[in-house]
Amino acid sequence: PAFTALQGVLTADQDIREEIRKVVQALEQTAREILTLLQGVHQGAGFQDIPKKCQKAREHFGTVRTQLESLKTKFPADQYYRFHEHWRFVLQRLVFLAAFVVYLESETLVTREAVAEILGIEADRERGFHLDIEDYLSGVLILASELARLAVNSVTAGDYSRPLRISTFINELDSGFRLLNLKNDSLRKRYDGLKYDVKKIEEVVYDLSIRGLNKEAAVGAGGEK
Amino acid sequence: GSGGFRKRKHDNFPHGQRREEKENVNPSSAMMMSFKSFQLELDTRHDKYERLVKLSRDITIESKRTIFLLHRFTSVPNGEEVLNESEVKLDAVRRKIKQVAQELIGEDMYQFHRAISPGLQEYVEAVSFQYFIKTRSLISLEEINKQLIFTAEDREETTNTTANSHDKQPHTWSLKVTPVDYLLGVADLTGELMRLCISSVGNGDIDTPFELSQFLCQIYDGFTFIGNTGPYEVSKKLYTLKQSLAKVENACYTLKVRGSEIPKHMLADVFSTKTELIDQEEGLS
Repeated sequence: PAFTALQGVLTADQDIREEIRKVVQALEQTAREILTLLQGVHQGAGFQDIPKKCQKAREHFGTVRTQLESLKTKFPADQYYRFHEHWRFVLQRLVFLAAFVVYLESETLVTREAVAEILGIEADRERGFHLDIEDYLSGVLILASELARLAVNSVTAGDYSRPLRISTFINELDSGFRLLNLKNDSLRKRYDGLKYDVKKIEEVVYDLSIRGLNKEAAVGAGGEK
Repeated sequence: GSGGFRKRKHDNFPHGQRREEKENVNPSSAMMMSFKSFQLELDTRHDKYERLVKLSRDITIESKRTIFLLHRFTSVPNGEEVLNESEVKLDAVRRKIKQVAQELIGEDMYQFHRAISPGLQEYVEAVSFQYFIKTRSLISLEEINKQLIFTAEDREETTNTTANSHDKQPHTWSLKVTPVDYLLGVADLTGELMRLCISSVGNGDIDTPFELSQFLCQIYDGFTFIGNTGPYEVSKKLYTLKQSLAKVENACYTLKVRGSEIPKHMLADVFSTKTELIDQEEGLS
Protein backbone atom coordinates (compact mmCIF):
# COMPACT_ATOMS: atom_id res chain seq x y z
CA PRO A 1 0.00 0.00 0.00
CA ALA A 2 2.74 2.44 0.97
CA PHE A 3 4.66 1.22 -2.02
CA THR A 4 1.87 2.19 -4.38
CA ALA A 5 2.18 5.80 -3.29
CA LEU A 6 5.95 5.67 -3.62
CA GLN A 7 5.69 4.18 -7.06
CA GLY A 8 3.45 7.07 -8.03
CA VAL A 9 6.02 9.55 -6.78
CA LEU A 10 8.79 7.83 -8.71
CA THR A 11 6.77 7.69 -11.91
CA ALA A 12 5.95 11.40 -11.62
CA ASP A 13 9.65 12.01 -11.16
CA GLN A 14 10.47 10.10 -14.31
CA ASP A 15 7.90 12.10 -16.25
CA ILE A 16 9.51 15.35 -15.15
CA ARG A 17 12.92 14.09 -16.20
CA GLU A 18 11.55 13.08 -19.57
CA GLU A 19 10.13 16.57 -20.11
CA ILE A 20 13.39 18.18 -19.08
CA ARG A 21 15.34 15.96 -21.44
CA LYS A 22 13.22 17.09 -24.36
CA VAL A 23 13.88 20.78 -23.71
CA VAL A 24 17.56 20.13 -23.07
CA GLN A 25 17.82 18.40 -26.43
CA ALA A 26 16.39 21.47 -28.14
CA LEU A 27 18.83 23.65 -26.21
CA GLU A 28 21.73 21.50 -27.32
CA GLN A 29 20.62 21.93 -30.90
CA THR A 30 20.59 25.73 -30.58
CA ALA A 31 23.97 25.67 -28.86
CA ARG A 32 25.43 23.68 -31.75
CA GLU A 33 24.05 26.18 -34.22
CA ILE A 34 25.64 29.09 -32.35
CA LEU A 35 28.92 27.22 -32.14
CA THR A 36 28.93 26.52 -35.88
CA LEU A 37 28.30 30.19 -36.49
CA LEU A 38 31.16 31.31 -34.26
CA GLN A 39 33.55 28.68 -35.58
CA GLY A 40 33.79 30.88 -38.68
CA VAL A 41 36.15 33.22 -36.89
CA HIS A 42 38.93 30.66 -37.04
CA GLN A 43 39.11 30.79 -40.81
CA GLY A 44 41.10 33.43 -42.63
CA ALA A 45 38.14 35.25 -44.08
CA GLY A 46 36.22 35.05 -40.81
CA PHE A 47 38.39 37.64 -39.09
CA GLN A 48 36.90 40.42 -41.15
CA ASP A 49 33.29 39.98 -40.18
CA ILE A 50 33.51 39.10 -36.50
CA PRO A 51 30.96 41.77 -35.54
CA LYS A 52 28.46 40.38 -38.03
CA LYS A 53 28.91 36.87 -36.66
CA CYS A 54 28.45 38.09 -33.10
CA GLN A 55 25.34 39.91 -34.17
CA LYS A 56 23.89 36.72 -35.62
CA ALA A 57 24.88 34.72 -32.55
CA ARG A 58 23.09 37.19 -30.34
CA GLU A 59 19.94 36.66 -32.35
CA HIS A 60 20.20 32.92 -31.69
CA PHE A 61 20.40 33.62 -27.98
CA GLY A 62 16.81 34.77 -28.31
CA THR A 63 15.88 31.16 -29.06
CA VAL A 64 17.95 30.05 -26.07
CA ARG A 65 16.00 32.40 -23.83
CA THR A 66 12.68 30.99 -25.03
CA GLN A 67 13.90 27.43 -24.52
CA LEU A 68 15.23 28.13 -21.03
CA GLU A 69 11.94 29.84 -20.25
CA SER A 70 10.15 26.62 -21.12
CA LEU A 71 12.66 24.55 -19.11
CA LYS A 72 11.74 26.55 -16.02
CA THR A 73 8.15 25.41 -16.27
CA LYS A 74 9.01 21.71 -16.30
CA PHE A 75 9.83 21.26 -12.63
CA PRO A 76 9.10 22.87 -9.24
CA ALA A 77 11.13 26.04 -8.83
CA ASP A 78 12.62 24.99 -5.49
CA GLN A 79 14.05 21.74 -6.84
CA TYR A 80 16.68 23.17 -9.17
CA TYR A 81 19.48 21.00 -7.87
CA ARG A 82 17.41 17.87 -7.97
CA PHE A 83 17.47 17.97 -11.76
CA HIS A 84 20.59 20.05 -12.18
CA GLU A 85 22.57 17.24 -13.85
CA HIS A 86 20.25 17.24 -16.83
CA TRP A 87 21.06 20.75 -18.02
CA ARG A 88 24.47 21.26 -16.47
CA PHE A 89 26.41 20.33 -19.55
CA VAL A 90 24.41 22.39 -22.01
CA LEU A 91 24.30 25.38 -19.68
CA GLN A 92 28.10 25.34 -19.46
CA ARG A 93 28.30 25.28 -23.25
CA LEU A 94 25.92 28.21 -23.43
CA VAL A 95 27.97 30.18 -20.90
CA PHE A 96 31.01 29.52 -23.05
CA LEU A 97 29.23 30.68 -26.20
CA ALA A 98 27.97 33.85 -24.55
CA ALA A 99 31.42 34.51 -23.10
CA PHE A 100 32.97 33.96 -26.52
CA VAL A 101 30.62 36.44 -28.16
CA VAL A 102 31.30 39.03 -25.48
CA TYR A 103 35.05 38.44 -25.79
CA LEU A 104 34.98 38.85 -29.55
CA GLU A 105 32.98 42.04 -29.21
CA SER A 106 34.80 43.75 -26.39
CA GLU A 107 37.77 41.53 -25.38
CA THR A 108 36.52 41.39 -21.82
CA LEU A 109 35.37 38.58 -19.59
CA VAL A 110 31.63 38.40 -19.40
CA THR A 111 30.38 38.79 -15.84
CA ARG A 112 28.14 36.22 -14.27
CA GLU A 113 25.30 38.73 -14.21
CA ALA A 114 25.76 39.53 -17.88
CA VAL A 115 25.70 35.85 -18.92
CA ALA A 116 22.60 35.31 -16.87
CA GLU A 117 21.01 38.21 -18.68
CA ILE A 118 22.02 36.93 -22.12
CA LEU A 119 20.51 33.55 -21.24
CA GLY A 120 17.44 35.11 -19.69
CA ILE A 121 17.99 33.52 -16.28
CA GLU A 122 18.94 34.76 -12.81
CA ALA A 123 22.42 35.17 -11.38
CA ASP A 124 21.12 34.58 -7.89
CA ARG A 125 19.59 31.36 -6.59
CA GLU A 126 16.97 33.10 -4.51
CA ARG A 127 15.31 34.67 -7.49
CA GLY A 128 14.52 31.59 -9.55
CA PHE A 129 16.16 29.52 -12.24
CA HIS A 130 19.75 30.61 -11.92
CA LEU A 131 23.24 30.11 -13.20
CA ASP A 132 25.27 28.05 -10.76
CA ILE A 133 28.68 29.54 -10.07
CA GLU A 134 30.51 26.33 -10.93
CA ASP A 135 28.75 26.15 -14.27
CA TYR A 136 29.72 29.74 -14.98
CA LEU A 137 33.35 29.01 -14.15
CA SER A 138 33.35 25.86 -16.28
CA GLY A 139 32.02 27.82 -19.22
CA VAL A 140 34.78 30.39 -18.76
CA LEU A 141 37.36 27.60 -18.83
CA ILE A 142 35.99 26.32 -22.12
CA LEU A 143 36.47 29.86 -23.42
CA ALA A 144 40.16 29.68 -22.47
CA SER A 145 40.73 26.65 -24.72
CA GLU A 146 38.89 28.34 -27.54
CA LEU A 147 41.06 31.43 -27.20
CA ALA A 148 44.24 29.35 -27.32
CA ARG A 149 43.02 28.07 -30.64
CA LEU A 150 42.07 31.56 -31.77
CA ALA A 151 45.58 32.82 -30.97
CA VAL A 152 47.08 30.23 -33.31
CA ASN A 153 44.62 30.92 -36.09
CA SER A 154 44.91 34.68 -35.91
CA VAL A 155 48.64 34.35 -36.57
CA THR A 156 47.88 32.21 -39.60
CA ALA A 157 45.46 34.87 -40.78
CA GLY A 158 48.18 37.50 -40.40
CA ASP A 159 46.77 39.19 -37.29
CA TYR A 160 49.84 39.40 -35.04
CA SER A 161 48.42 41.64 -32.37
CA ARG A 162 45.52 39.49 -31.26
CA PRO A 163 47.65 36.77 -29.62
CA LEU A 164 49.25 39.37 -27.40
CA ARG A 165 45.90 40.63 -26.24
CA ILE A 166 44.67 37.09 -25.72
CA SER A 167 47.79 36.38 -23.69
CA THR A 168 47.10 39.28 -21.33
CA PHE A 169 43.50 38.19 -20.97
CA ILE A 170 44.34 34.55 -20.26
CA ASN A 171 47.01 35.50 -17.76
CA GLU A 172 44.53 37.54 -15.82
CA LEU A 173 42.05 34.70 -15.99
CA ASP A 174 44.67 32.29 -14.71
CA SER A 175 45.45 34.59 -11.78
CA GLY A 176 41.76 34.77 -11.07
CA PHE A 177 41.36 31.02 -10.98
CA ARG A 178 44.35 30.70 -8.72
CA LEU A 179 42.43 32.57 -6.06
CA LEU A 180 39.89 29.79 -5.89
CA ASN A 181 40.12 26.82 -3.57
CA LEU A 182 38.65 24.16 -5.78
CA LYS A 183 37.46 20.81 -4.59
CA ASN A 184 38.51 17.67 -6.36
CA ASP A 185 35.60 17.70 -8.79
CA SER A 186 34.93 18.24 -12.46
CA LEU A 187 35.63 21.97 -12.21
CA ARG A 188 39.07 21.24 -10.74
CA LYS A 189 39.76 18.81 -13.55
CA ARG A 190 38.86 21.38 -16.13
CA TYR A 191 40.88 24.05 -14.35
CA ASP A 192 43.91 21.75 -14.53
CA GLY A 193 43.64 22.05 -18.30
CA LEU A 194 43.94 25.83 -18.15
CA LYS A 195 47.71 25.70 -17.80
CA TYR A 196 48.01 23.99 -21.18
CA ASP A 197 46.00 26.78 -22.79
CA VAL A 198 48.23 29.34 -21.09
CA LYS A 199 51.29 27.45 -22.31
CA LYS A 200 50.00 27.28 -25.86
CA ILE A 201 49.35 31.01 -26.00
CA GLU A 202 52.75 31.76 -24.48
CA GLU A 203 54.35 29.71 -27.23
CA VAL A 204 52.53 31.71 -29.86
CA VAL A 205 53.65 34.98 -28.26
CA TYR A 206 57.20 33.62 -28.07
CA ASP A 207 57.20 32.69 -31.75
CA LEU A 208 56.03 36.17 -32.63
CA SER A 209 58.55 37.97 -30.44
CA ILE A 210 61.67 36.12 -31.62
CA ARG A 211 60.75 37.12 -35.14
CA GLY A 212 60.06 40.69 -34.19
CA LEU A 213 56.48 40.26 -35.27
CA ASN A 214 55.06 41.49 -31.97
CA LYS A 215 56.64 44.95 -32.47
CA GLU A 216 55.18 45.13 -35.91
CA ALA A 217 51.85 44.23 -34.37
CA ALA A 218 52.16 46.88 -31.66
CA VAL A 219 52.92 49.54 -34.26
CA GLY A 220 50.17 48.27 -36.50
CA ALA A 221 47.69 48.41 -33.67
CA GLY A 222 48.92 51.85 -32.71
CA GLY A 223 49.67 50.60 -29.20
CA GLU A 224 52.64 51.27 -26.93
CA LYS A 225 56.18 51.19 -28.28
CA GLY B 1 45.28 20.83 3.95
CA SER B 2 44.29 22.24 0.57
CA GLY B 3 46.86 25.02 0.82
CA GLY B 4 49.73 22.54 0.79
CA PHE B 5 48.15 20.70 -2.09
CA ARG B 6 47.85 23.81 -4.22
CA LYS B 7 51.44 24.72 -3.60
CA ARG B 8 52.67 21.34 -4.71
CA LYS B 9 50.57 21.46 -7.84
CA HIS B 10 52.00 24.77 -8.92
CA ASP B 11 55.56 23.70 -8.31
CA ASN B 12 54.96 21.03 -10.89
CA PHE B 13 54.29 23.62 -13.53
CA PRO B 14 56.97 23.31 -16.18
CA HIS B 15 57.27 26.98 -17.08
CA GLY B 16 59.80 29.04 -15.18
CA GLN B 17 59.02 32.36 -16.75
CA ARG B 18 55.37 32.19 -15.80
CA ARG B 19 55.71 33.80 -12.40
CA GLU B 20 57.24 37.03 -13.66
CA GLU B 21 54.59 37.53 -16.24
CA LYS B 22 51.91 37.22 -13.59
CA GLU B 23 53.05 40.44 -12.02
CA ASN B 24 51.50 42.37 -14.86
CA VAL B 25 48.08 41.43 -13.57
CA ASN B 26 46.46 44.18 -11.62
CA PRO B 27 45.13 42.63 -8.40
CA SER B 28 42.27 45.12 -8.16
CA SER B 29 41.00 44.81 -11.72
CA ALA B 30 37.34 44.09 -12.25
CA MET B 31 38.06 40.50 -13.17
CA MET B 32 40.20 39.88 -10.10
CA MET B 33 37.58 41.47 -7.88
CA SER B 34 34.89 39.17 -9.18
CA PHE B 35 37.14 36.15 -8.72
CA LYS B 36 37.65 37.21 -5.13
CA SER B 37 33.91 37.13 -4.62
CA PHE B 38 33.77 33.71 -6.32
CA GLN B 39 36.39 32.49 -3.89
CA LEU B 40 34.23 33.56 -0.99
CA GLU B 41 31.13 32.01 -2.47
CA LEU B 42 32.79 28.68 -3.23
CA ASP B 43 34.48 28.49 0.16
CA THR B 44 31.20 29.16 1.93
CA ARG B 45 29.51 26.44 -0.09
CA HIS B 46 32.29 23.92 0.51
CA ASP B 47 32.36 24.68 4.23
CA LYS B 48 28.67 24.06 4.54
CA TYR B 49 29.06 20.83 2.60
CA GLU B 50 31.81 19.66 4.93
CA ARG B 51 29.76 20.48 8.01
CA LEU B 52 26.90 18.45 6.58
CA VAL B 53 29.15 15.51 5.76
CA LYS B 54 30.35 15.50 9.35
CA LEU B 55 26.81 15.62 10.71
CA SER B 56 25.84 12.84 8.33
CA ARG B 57 28.69 10.66 9.62
CA ASP B 58 27.62 11.25 13.21
CA ILE B 59 24.05 10.35 12.29
CA THR B 60 25.24 7.17 10.61
CA ILE B 61 27.34 6.09 13.58
CA GLU B 62 24.65 6.76 16.17
CA SER B 63 22.00 5.03 14.04
CA LYS B 64 24.23 1.97 13.66
CA ARG B 65 24.68 1.83 17.41
CA THR B 66 20.94 2.02 17.90
CA ILE B 67 20.51 -0.92 15.55
CA PHE B 68 23.08 -2.96 17.47
CA LEU B 69 21.26 -2.12 20.67
CA LEU B 70 17.93 -3.19 19.20
CA HIS B 71 19.37 -6.55 18.20
CA ARG B 72 19.66 -7.27 21.91
CA PHE B 73 15.91 -6.86 22.30
CA THR B 74 15.10 -10.55 21.79
CA SER B 75 17.92 -11.92 23.89
CA VAL B 76 17.36 -10.00 27.12
CA PRO B 77 14.48 -10.47 29.54
CA ASN B 78 13.64 -6.76 29.91
CA GLY B 79 12.99 -5.72 26.36
CA GLU B 80 11.21 -2.57 27.50
CA GLU B 81 14.45 -1.17 28.79
CA VAL B 82 16.18 -1.75 25.46
CA LEU B 83 13.36 0.00 23.66
CA ASN B 84 13.53 2.98 25.97
CA GLU B 85 17.25 3.22 25.55
CA SER B 86 16.90 3.08 21.78
CA GLU B 87 14.37 5.90 21.96
CA VAL B 88 16.88 8.03 23.84
CA LYS B 89 19.51 7.27 21.21
CA LEU B 90 17.18 8.09 18.36
CA ASP B 91 16.31 11.38 20.03
CA ALA B 92 19.99 12.21 19.98
CA VAL B 93 20.14 11.33 16.30
CA ARG B 94 17.15 13.57 15.65
CA ARG B 95 18.93 16.44 17.35
CA LYS B 96 21.73 15.98 14.82
CA ILE B 97 19.19 15.93 12.02
CA LYS B 98 17.81 19.13 13.44
CA GLN B 99 21.23 20.69 12.96
CA VAL B 100 21.23 19.43 9.38
CA ALA B 101 17.82 20.99 8.85
CA GLN B 102 19.10 24.25 10.28
CA GLU B 103 22.03 24.26 7.89
CA LEU B 104 19.58 23.79 5.07
CA ILE B 105 17.23 26.63 5.95
CA GLY B 106 16.88 28.77 2.85
CA GLU B 107 18.91 26.33 0.77
CA ASP B 108 17.95 23.94 -1.95
CA MET B 109 18.15 20.64 -0.10
CA TYR B 110 19.16 18.74 -3.22
CA GLN B 111 22.27 20.84 -3.61
CA PHE B 112 23.66 19.18 -0.51
CA HIS B 113 21.80 15.93 -0.78
CA ARG B 114 24.86 13.85 -1.45
CA ALA B 115 26.41 15.01 1.81
CA ILE B 116 23.50 13.94 3.99
CA SER B 117 21.96 11.04 2.12
CA PRO B 118 24.01 8.24 3.77
CA GLY B 119 23.14 9.47 7.25
CA LEU B 120 19.46 9.78 6.47
CA GLN B 121 19.33 6.27 5.04
CA GLU B 122 20.92 4.86 8.15
CA TYR B 123 18.45 6.80 10.28
CA VAL B 124 15.55 5.38 8.28
CA GLU B 125 16.97 1.94 8.87
CA ALA B 126 17.25 2.47 12.62
CA VAL B 127 13.89 4.10 13.09
CA SER B 128 12.05 1.54 10.97
CA PHE B 129 13.77 -1.29 12.82
CA GLN B 130 12.59 0.09 16.12
CA TYR B 131 9.12 0.62 14.71
CA PHE B 132 9.00 -2.95 13.49
CA ILE B 133 9.98 -4.34 16.88
CA LYS B 134 7.29 -2.25 18.52
CA THR B 135 4.43 -2.70 16.09
CA ARG B 136 5.43 -5.50 13.70
CA SER B 137 4.71 -3.27 10.76
CA LEU B 138 6.51 -0.98 8.36
CA ILE B 139 6.83 2.67 9.24
CA SER B 140 5.62 4.99 6.50
CA LEU B 141 7.60 7.84 4.97
CA GLU B 142 5.04 10.30 6.34
CA GLU B 143 5.48 8.91 9.82
CA ILE B 144 9.25 9.37 9.61
CA ASN B 145 8.97 12.91 8.29
CA LYS B 146 6.47 13.81 11.01
CA GLN B 147 9.21 13.26 13.58
CA LEU B 148 11.57 15.54 11.71
CA ILE B 149 9.70 18.77 12.24
CA PHE B 150 11.63 20.94 14.62
CA THR B 151 10.83 23.99 16.69
CA ALA B 152 13.01 26.82 17.86
CA GLU B 153 13.23 25.64 21.50
CA ASP B 154 16.65 24.77 22.91
CA ARG B 155 18.24 26.82 20.22
CA GLU B 156 21.38 27.73 22.19
CA GLU B 157 23.08 24.44 21.64
CA THR B 158 22.93 24.80 17.89
CA THR B 159 23.32 28.54 17.33
CA ASN B 160 27.02 28.28 16.57
CA THR B 161 26.36 26.13 13.54
CA THR B 162 23.78 28.47 12.10
CA ALA B 163 25.51 31.74 12.82
CA ASN B 164 26.37 32.23 9.18
CA SER B 165 23.54 30.41 7.49
CA HIS B 166 20.65 32.82 7.66
CA ASP B 167 19.48 35.76 9.66
CA LYS B 168 15.80 35.12 9.66
CA GLN B 169 14.90 31.92 11.44
CA PRO B 170 11.41 30.54 11.16
CA HIS B 171 9.82 29.08 14.27
CA THR B 172 9.56 25.60 12.91
CA TRP B 173 11.43 23.93 10.16
CA SER B 174 11.65 20.44 8.90
CA LEU B 175 13.73 18.01 6.97
CA LYS B 176 12.05 15.71 4.53
CA VAL B 177 13.51 12.31 3.87
CA THR B 178 13.23 11.76 0.13
CA PRO B 179 11.29 8.75 -1.17
CA VAL B 180 14.49 7.28 -2.56
CA ASP B 181 16.38 7.61 0.73
CA TYR B 182 13.40 5.99 2.41
CA LEU B 183 13.42 3.08 -0.02
CA LEU B 184 17.14 2.54 0.36
CA GLY B 185 16.84 2.68 4.15
CA VAL B 186 14.03 0.14 4.11
CA ALA B 187 16.06 -2.13 1.83
CA ASP B 188 18.83 -2.05 4.43
CA LEU B 189 16.29 -2.79 7.11
CA THR B 190 15.58 -6.16 5.55
CA GLY B 191 19.18 -7.17 6.19
CA GLU B 192 18.71 -6.38 9.86
CA LEU B 193 15.47 -8.33 9.95
CA MET B 194 17.23 -11.32 8.49
CA ARG B 195 19.77 -11.16 11.30
CA LEU B 196 16.98 -10.77 13.79
CA CYS B 197 15.31 -13.85 12.39
CA ILE B 198 18.39 -16.03 12.69
CA SER B 199 19.21 -14.85 16.19
CA SER B 200 15.67 -15.25 17.44
CA VAL B 201 15.76 -18.92 16.51
CA GLY B 202 18.92 -19.17 18.53
CA ASN B 203 16.87 -17.98 21.49
CA GLY B 204 14.28 -20.66 20.97
CA ASP B 205 11.75 -18.22 19.58
CA ILE B 206 9.82 -20.14 16.96
CA ASP B 207 7.11 -17.61 16.06
CA THR B 208 9.21 -14.60 15.12
CA PRO B 209 10.87 -16.21 12.08
CA PHE B 210 7.52 -16.90 10.47
CA GLU B 211 6.31 -13.39 11.16
CA LEU B 212 9.50 -12.00 9.71
CA SER B 213 9.28 -14.19 6.66
CA GLN B 214 5.83 -12.83 5.95
CA PHE B 215 6.87 -9.25 6.55
CA LEU B 216 9.95 -9.51 4.35
CA CYS B 217 7.88 -11.08 1.65
CA GLN B 218 5.59 -8.03 1.70
CA ILE B 219 8.52 -5.67 1.44
CA TYR B 220 9.97 -7.71 -1.37
CA ASP B 221 6.67 -7.55 -3.22
CA GLY B 222 6.68 -3.80 -2.73
CA PHE B 223 10.13 -3.48 -4.22
CA THR B 224 9.29 -5.70 -7.17
CA PHE B 225 6.25 -3.50 -7.72
CA ILE B 226 8.53 -0.49 -7.97
CA GLY B 227 10.95 -2.44 -10.12
CA ASN B 228 13.13 -0.20 -12.19
CA THR B 229 10.90 2.86 -11.90
CA GLY B 230 13.25 4.10 -9.22
CA PRO B 231 16.88 5.05 -9.62
CA TYR B 232 19.68 2.60 -10.17
CA GLU B 233 20.61 2.25 -6.48
CA VAL B 234 17.16 0.94 -5.64
CA SER B 235 17.29 -1.84 -8.21
CA LYS B 236 20.78 -2.69 -7.02
CA LYS B 237 19.47 -3.27 -3.49
CA LEU B 238 16.79 -5.55 -4.83
CA TYR B 239 19.35 -8.29 -5.33
CA THR B 240 20.56 -8.21 -1.70
CA LEU B 241 16.98 -8.04 -0.57
CA LYS B 242 16.24 -11.23 -2.42
CA GLN B 243 19.14 -12.96 -0.70
CA SER B 244 17.94 -11.88 2.73
CA LEU B 245 14.47 -13.10 1.93
CA ALA B 246 15.82 -16.47 0.78
CA LYS B 247 17.75 -16.91 4.01
CA VAL B 248 14.70 -16.20 6.13
CA GLU B 249 12.52 -18.48 4.03
CA ASN B 250 15.07 -21.27 4.30
CA ALA B 251 15.17 -20.76 8.04
CA CYS B 252 11.41 -21.12 8.27
CA TYR B 253 11.56 -24.18 6.07
CA THR B 254 14.11 -25.83 8.34
CA LEU B 255 12.03 -24.99 11.39
CA LYS B 256 9.00 -26.55 9.83
CA VAL B 257 10.71 -29.71 8.67
CA ARG B 258 12.98 -30.35 11.60
CA GLY B 259 10.80 -28.74 14.23
CA SER B 260 8.48 -31.69 14.42
CA GLU B 261 11.21 -34.25 14.91
CA ILE B 262 13.81 -32.55 17.04
CA PRO B 263 13.25 -31.76 20.70
CA LYS B 264 12.93 -28.02 21.26
CA HIS B 265 16.04 -27.68 23.37
CA MET B 266 18.21 -29.08 20.56
CA LEU B 267 16.74 -26.95 17.85
CA ALA B 268 19.03 -24.06 18.47
CA ASP B 269 22.05 -26.25 17.76
CA VAL B 270 20.66 -27.53 14.50
CA PHE B 271 20.00 -24.01 13.51
CA SER B 272 23.33 -22.51 14.34
CA THR B 273 25.10 -25.02 12.07
CA LYS B 274 22.62 -24.28 9.35
CA THR B 275 23.24 -20.55 9.48
CA GLU B 276 26.98 -21.07 9.44
CA LEU B 277 26.52 -22.90 6.19
CA ILE B 278 24.58 -19.99 4.75
CA ASP B 279 27.23 -17.55 5.87
CA GLN B 280 29.91 -19.61 4.17
CA GLU B 281 27.97 -19.60 0.95
CA GLU B 282 27.67 -15.88 1.21
CA GLY B 283 31.40 -15.55 1.65
CA LEU B 284 31.98 -17.45 -1.56
CA SER B 285 29.73 -15.38 -3.74
